[in-house]
Amino acid sequence: MPTLPEVGTPILQAPTAEGSRDQHMVLNMGPQHPSTHGVLRLVLEIDGEIVVRMYPEIGYLHTGIEKTCEAKFYQQVVPLTDRVDYLGPMNNNLVYSLAVEKLLELEIPAKAQWLRVLLSELTRINSHLIWLGTHAMDIGALTVFLYTFREREDLLRIFEAVSGQRMMTSYIRIGGLSMEPPLGWLERVQNFISTFPEKIDEYSNLLTGNPIFVNRLKGIGHLSGPDALALGVTGPVMRASGIDFDVRRDMPYSSYEKFQFTVPVSNDCDVWARYVCRLEEMRQSVKICQQVLDGMPEGPIKANAPKILLPDREEMKTQMEALIHHFKIVTEGFPVPAGEVYQSIESGHGQVGYYIVSDGGPKPYRCHMRYPSFADLQALETMCKGRLLADVVAVIGSIDIVLGEIDR
Amino acid sequence: MADAKTTLIGKAAVLESMAEHPAVTALLGWNADALTDARFDRGELTLTIAKDQIRGACETLIAAGYNAFQDVTAVDWFPSTPRFRVVYHACSHRYKHVIRLTVLVDESDPTVDSITPVWPGANYYEREVFDLFGIRFEGHPNLRRIMMPDEWVGHPLRKDYPVEGYR
Repeated sequence: MPTLPEVGTPILQAPTAEGSRDQHMVLNMGPQHPSTHGVLRLVLEIDGEIVVRMYPEIGYLHTGIEKTCEAKFYQQVVPLTDRVDYLGPMNNNLVYSLAVEKLLELEIPAKAQWLRVLLSELTRINSHLIWLGTHAMDIGALTVFLYTFREREDLLRIFEAVSGQRMMTSYIRIGGLSMEPPLGWLERVQNFISTFPEKIDEYSNLLTGNPIFVNRLKGIGHLSGPDALALGVTGPVMRASGIDFDVRRDMPYSSYEKFQFTVPVSNDCDVWARYVCRLEEMRQSVKICQQVLDGMPEGPIKANAPKILLPDREEMKTQMEALIHHFKIVTEGFPVPAGEVYQSIESGHGQVGYYIVSDGGPKPYRCHMRYPSFADLQALETMCKGRLLADVVAVIGSIDIVLGEIDR
Repeated sequence: MADAKTTLIGKAAVLESMAEHPAVTALLGWNADALTDARFDRGELTLTIAKDQIRGACETLIAAGYNAFQDVTAVDWFPSTPRFRVVYHACSHRYKHVIRLTVLVDESDPTVDSITPVWPGANYYEREVFDLFGIRFEGHPNLRRIMMPDEWVGHPLRKDYPVEGYR
């Protein structure tokens, strides 16, 4: 690895006009830049090619999603949560549903919980595939991008088969799942799971031994463990800084305590460590999916709460009560007991937390979303300071930014 | 310690049955008067801290093992007084749970001490609360709007701000 000069010492003595020799240059990266993965503007103060300071300017997306949530019924918020982190819709549905179920103190049947785990892990693989493809593309390796999108297509077909949607699934609902998975769906998942580990080896063969890739990643974007915790960084970025914490294992939700998996942790604290951790996480997700498929319990996929959950279509056509409940839920929503809850889960990017306050009415009084990319962005300056401009691209890729998470 | 099914309302009730909870122990050991109210509901502990003591309370909790900062947000209880509740969440990797701190802030003086000097991760979250609720954080290094343009009038997440906006 070439060692870098101290900050402030220019690498190249570029011919400059008299008097401006020791001035820093301000460079705008974005709002639309291929490597920022959305509308993110980075105001960079650079000295030659060295980043001296960085100021992320956000808010270009500004969806107003929290305000919108407060104007909708509880069940109408589920499709909105898909749009926040559009690469991990099932995880978002899950965390919102878990939070509302905690407010309602609803009991969820085992089969629904296991299916939720399965979908949540498939979503994690989906999210990591996009990360791997775009991250490798940022570095300049285009082939992996094409390969990951090939596998992502299989996953999207699986999601489409179960929910009718490829990306904005809204499949996990308050109190269970929207419908029973179709016949043969579990076999399709099994097919995917059986072949996917070879695909991970394929990516690994292309990248892990590739000297260009290794040199662009190793020793870049250093973030120490204490720094990561102080800045609120979570998920794979935190675990690549040596902090051994995973919400799935340590604060289990939705029956995660029943599954065996290891949490990959690295002490290297750099972009390479994040790459290694995420690659291993995909393998662990496959392991969890396999356990779900092997031991899937029988039973209903919805909680027994007719005043909260929409009835099945067949019931609605034959039973008056079901029709009345359907009508009441759609037109008036359902009241949720007053109180406040905070529910966090481990999504592909890190710890997602929903803080929901209920005043006893059918609409959330306050619905705050804590998304990992927002906190990770604060750590960007720490990771990029004193490094080369080209490393900024590698570091942004390594924290796996989704701009929908950053803007409120 | 109380289990998740029980609900405890008020400082006295929580102190009686949750005295060995690490967060409660740490706060009582530091300054018993700073803790003004408490609530244990659905397995979650909420501690209300006196407005001028929040920074000290956060320092105490970090020392007590609440090492991972989660977020800062606010709730607008318009038109009641005090109008705002600033809400802090902190996670403990050692005890494996999340606790919630709240501070009551009145509309006539919507300021509260910033915890960014203690917890750098609160930086963006406090800016977000400032932008969307109009609560000022004293001692914040860069208290500017984060989502809305600098010249924007009003604070969109306040309850008296219409959902469609003024325009």
